[in-house]
Amino acid sequence: MNHDAYDDNYIRSILSSVKSIAMIGASPVNVRPSYFAFKYLAQRGYDMIPVNPGHVGKSLLGKPFVASLADIGRPVDMIDIFRNSSHIMPVVDDALTLSPPPKVIWMQLGARDDAAAEKAEAAGLKVVMNRCPKIEYGRLSSEISWMGVNSRTLSSKRAPIPTQGMRLSLNRMSVGGGATAASDRAAKNKSEPT
Amino acid sequence: MTDRLPGFSTLAVHAGAQPDPTTGARVTPIYQTTSFVFNDADHAASLFGLQAFGNIYTRIGNPTTAVLEERIAALEGGTAALAVASGHAAQVVVLQQLLMPGDEFIAARKLYGGSINQFTHAFKSFGWNVAWADPDDIGSFERAVTPRTKAIFIESIANPAGSITDIEPIAEVARKAGVPLIVDNTLATPYLIRPIDHGADIVVHSLTKFLGGHGNSLGGIIVDGGTFDWSKDNKYPMLSEPRPEYHGIRIQETFGNFAFAIACRVLGLRDLGPALSPFNAFMILTGIETLPLRMQKHCENAKAVAEFLAGHSAVASVNYAGLASDKYNKLARKYAPKGAGAVFTFSLRGGYDAGVNLVSNLKLFSHLANVGDTRSLVIHPASTTHSQLDDAAKVRSGAAPDVVRLSIGIEDKEDLIADLEQALSA
Ligand SMILES: Cc1ncc(COP(=O)(O)O)c(C=O)c1O
Repeated sequence: MNHDAYDDNYIRSILSSVKSIAMIGASPVNVRPSYFAFKYLAQRGYDMIPVNPGHVGKSLLGKPFVASLADIGRPVDMIDIFRNSSHIMPVVDDALTLSPPPKVIWMQLGARDDAAAEKAEAAGLKVVMNRCPKIEYGRLSSEISWMGVNSRTLSSKRAPIPTQGMRLSLNRMSVGGGATAASDRAAKNKSEPT
Repeated sequence: MTDRLPGFSTLAVHAGAQPDPTTGARVTPIYQTTSFVFNDADHAASLFGLQAFGNIYTRIGNPTTAVLEERIAALEGGTAALAVASGHAAQVVVLQQLLMPGDEFIAARKLYGGSINQFTHAFKSFGWNVAWADPDDIGSFERAVTPRTKAIFIESIANPAGSITDIEPIAEVARKAGVPLIVDNTLATPYLIRPIDHGADIVVHSLTKFLGGHGNSLGGIIVDGGTFDWSKDNKYPMLSEPRPEYHGIRIQETFGNFAFAIACRVLGLRDLGPALSPFNAFMILTGIETLPLRMQKHCENAKAVAEFLAGHSAVASVNYAGLASDKYNKLARKYAPKGAGAVFTFSLRGGYDAGVNLVSNLKLFSHLANVGDTRSLVIHPASTTHSQLDDAAKVRSGAAPDVVRLSIGIEDKEDLIADLEQALSA
């Protein structure tokens, strides 16, 4: 898997197939990116589970916090890691002890750990690094185009009217496949992901 | 399966647009409304807090304008774009994200006269200081860098003489200095040159010119290349620091590789206010659908007219990078292989008076202060757009007293040549 530039179909297949997402490092502070992403994904119909040992006993948008992956007590499809690169490996190690294991490990915008990715892939998991699932969902559904963002997709079909809790179609024609943008090259050249 | 990459002309027609969700209208509707209702209080709060995608108020964003933004972002190969009321507004909004009072930016000396005025006079009162460099001397950019330098600004094809800027080595100077390169791509349009592919971080346009293309609508746009890391030092607090106007959000951390476009929208456009009218966005969008066809014809006509003028006895010299003999031809072949644009200058043996005479004798060319129209245009920069500069500065910026500037339209080239011929011999 080329982790410098993902094919849209790869991201699309993940976002269309997973149903439950455990978010490691989910924050109840409503100006943190993890809060935005959690709320958006919940509104788009994903079964969201906030994981943060610092907030056990509280809940995030009605979902109770759990301290660790082991405490979830039911299978999860995807683990979205909102921690910086140096904290990824232990999460992947934990994830691989789950039974059944998750199908996808997703590392947030700015987070990348190639060794952890390799380990997860060797165990048959799909891995995405340095991306935000909210942004990718918004891009592939073109919902994000309302902010002038280049979705890198086209469609001649009538758009659905997005409403609360509705899953949007991600099935648009991709323009760049994610492989050619200057921004991907820049991300690759950035020596030290923060 | 790997996705197929659609070509430029397909993007010019389709990118950003989709049949309207409510009516099925195929052409992008003009959403001529100031404001948009919220679903409920939580939705309103999410939109204001930048947590959700959606419309609030047309000063901040509008669905017609958003189609224009995505289309140009796609044509330029950027991550996002923000449309504003004019090219000049785009320049103010971009620099407001980058400079604090007392900061500096470096600008190429060969620029649209209005930009020279804006940088020299208007920006001085904001405490933004411009240092000038010579686009034909890369070393002059290097020498102008100081610890307070926050950006470098150039035009890809430079007004008024249509000279071609060597973007790549200037991008390298910017990279070494740790500052973004801003390219005004107005005269080239992404059809001829895509500056982000050559190392630019931000592209600005006056949409008023070739992109809109019909001389009917003012507009400007900012394209985020998604290439610059705004948080690597403390140089760009608008992007890297918690923003008090949004309860402490950090723009780059939240929006990743389109953070600059978001900063321009939610910190620049929202607070400074130069919003594009949705009607103008619609007119410009319609214009862009034929951009590739128009640019081919503009360039073909410009070359024919330049060749005619180069062979005329009343003409002392022609500056058109598309001519094999031109000083900028090598750069034109590298950066703009499809054509060297349609704005260029020539000088008359008869000097200033001959320039004034020519302008008044032309019957098909319109004498006005614009470029990039379907119609052919003419102006005598020394007595108009560049009249505020002193003589030495006029010469430096390519607007000497004997210079006439043409913007070649998409009429039949034989008619343009015949009009110039009769005016030169009148
Ligand atoms: C190269 C260039 N940049 C910027 C501008 C300013 O654009 P506007 O008139 O849309 O403010 C112009 C206008 O002539 C121009 O030619």
